[in-house]
Amino acid sequence: MQKVNNKWLKLGIEVVVLAALFTLVQYLITAGLLKQYYQISLASMCINVTLAVSLSLINGFTGQLSLGHAGFMAVGAYIAAIMTNMLDLPFITGILAAMLGAGLAGFIIGVPTLRLKGDYLAIATLAFGEIIRVTLQNIGYVNGPAGIMGIPKFATWPWLFGGAIVTIVVIVNLINSSYGRAIISIREDETASELMGINTTKYKVLAFVVGAGFAGLAGALYAHYFYIIKPETFNFLKSFDILVMVVLGGLGSTTGAIIAAVFVTALTAALQSFPAIRMVLYALILIIVMIYRPQGLMGNKELSLRTFGRIWGGRH
Amino acid sequence: MRIGKRIALLVMVLFVFSIAAAGCGGGTETDDPAGDVIKVGVNVELSGGTASYGTNARDGALLAIEQINKDGGVLGMQLKPIERDNKSIADEAMSISAALVGENIVAQIGPLTSGDVAGSTPVMMENKVPLIAPAATAANVTVDDKTGETRDYIFRVCFIDPFQGTLMAKFAAEDMNATKAVIYCDNSSDYGKGLAQYFEKTFTENGGTILAQEGFVKDDRDFRAALTKIKGLNPDFIYVPGYYQEVAPLIKQARELGITAPIGGCDGWDSPDMVSVAGNEALNNSFFTNHYSSQDKDPQVVEFVEAFKAKYNKEPDAFAALGYDSVQIMVQGLKDAGEADSVKLKEALEKITDFAGITGNMSIDEQHNPVKAGVILEFKDGQQVMKTRIQP
Repeated sequence: MQKVNNKWLKLGIEVVVLAALFTLVQYLITAGLLKQYYQISLASMCINVTLAVSLSLINGFTGQLSLGHAGFMAVGAYIAAIMTNMLDLPFITGILAAMLGAGLAGFIIGVPTLRLKGDYLAIATLAFGEIIRVTLQNIGYVNGPAGIMGIPKFATWPWLFGGAIVTIVVIVNLINSSYGRAIISIREDETASELMGINTTKYKVLAFVVGAGFAGLAGALYAHYFYIIKPETFNFLKSFDILVMVVLGGLGSTTGAIIAAVFVTALTAALQSFPAIRMVLYALILIIVMIYRPQGLMGNKELSLRTFGRIWGGRH
Repeated sequence: MRIGKRIALLVMVLFVFSIAAAGCGGGTETDDPAGDVIKVGVNVELSGGTASYGTNARDGALLAIEQINKDGGVLGMQLKPIERDNKSIADEAMSISAALVGENIVAQIGPLTSGDVAGSTPVMMENKVPLIAPAATAANVTVDDKTGETRDYIFRVCFIDPFQGTLMAKFAAEDMNATKAVIYCDNSSDYGKGLAQYFEKTFTENGGTILAQEGFVKDDRDFRAALTKIKGLNPDFIYVPGYYQEVAPLIKQARELGITAPIGGCDGWDSPDMVSVAGNEALNNSFFTNHYSSQDKDPQVVEFVEAFKAKYNKEPDAFAALGYDSVQIMVQGLKDAGEADSVKLKEALEKITDFAGITGNMSIDEQHNPVKAGVILEFKDGQQVMKTRIQP
């Protein structure tokens, strides 16, 4: 009984906090109190949270090192931009098509490559990301290397925030379900979980498809916020940026991925004032964090109200 | 143990907050409405793929600002540059533009590449602050493709892609008497493709034939397969529009394979790395179109080159000259406008005619492009030698 109450209480608090955050920012934007610069940073944060959480499902929870996340993002961005910019369809159609398209791409790449392990999978996914980029560069319909310019700015704060929240809710629930247990067991020991009767390929592909789908969502949001998309934006460095967030947050921690995504975005923005040594500082800070927290900011633990209580109150 | 955890948590929280605070600090040093400085945003590529362009343009722009301030500033006020690195990424360029606009800049110099300017464009248009692009050469930077309308607040001081392709084709056909050309272009950039297209157009109009068109992509390092094929065609001119990172090894390999035909290129070639990678020998008999030449004997150019060398101890390339001109044309606009107001500056910039810049006399046309001459440079034993100046 106590437990049930706690659960509802926790959910209640979460909903209230998120709603308050959402309303506050929405109010600041409509009232014109939030400078454009901060609005852009917030938008980047939401998009990066979506990317980091979706990649953490693949890299952190399933334990499959994927370096092709920017590729899925590109698929989503281009599909959504084609839908809205060239075919004049509503934004929601673009988003759904982007998620389906990126998910499908995840399925197509996942089925053959997820039989590979470790380094081999990393290389295959890296190659996949590059294939997407080079293909886009050579499609005249989407203007090749110049990319699509003048995409309508549909991704307002409710879309961006909503996108990030939906991603988190779906992925957290997936991880906490029986599917999630199976997925985590694959990370812990693939052979053992196979012996226990888990269809490892099925679950790996499932995680891959879901992760790719939400990367597609992030791509759609990116395209409709930043006005221009070009293949070069989605190069492998973009994949590494997302991977940095996941590893920094801690492999196997959703809250870690969220914190790291927010942290990295804020860090990049904060360092804008030091143009000459910006990238050096960025790298230095990452190195320092990794030396003192080799398991990432959160390790594989989750940050919850309980954690605060435990650390602060000293009771278990 | 528990204490340790508390400290760790505290440190982490403090760290995050300090970063956030630093971020805020970047945006809020704005509120000195004092009228004695005019803020100029410098949003350039200091890291990432095109860092070499951004750094040089920044140097040129800062030199211009320093000289103007020494001579008493503009409208009785000093110029204050605010320099930012957009990492050669379009969304970063946009974010930086927003930050700069938040600091009440009167105009923004940069970014350098067309894609990054496109990223920055919506913010500048929305806030009605002029953007002066030193080297964004794609045609649709200042004109909206869909509507054909000029983008009000976007200006540039460089000629556009079609002009460079046309220029080199004219040079090849008329000065080099070439009739059979091969195009080997950078297929991964709109820049390379655009130049190739206009080269082909003008070259065939002048009675030449294009024997073949080959392509390479960014980060390619081995060009021997395509070059062997090109050698078999025996062309008397090879046009290689692309950036120096790929073009330098390409030319080296071409000469190693025994291709002696003249090779032509574009302003993307203009980098000291060309000589250090390809070598003096290989670069002989190759030509490229550019915005200016540091060997120009024009007194204004000589003066600029000397000042630049004195300040930075290096030769100013075209990007430095264009960065310098971007600031100078903005200053001219401010003088014409009579006050440091972004909207009035835009109106003044639209009316500029016969502005004497380092990169030639220019007038801004109705599409916000400068009408100006271009130069052809030749590599002679590792030195860039001015070959000829071609009027539009």
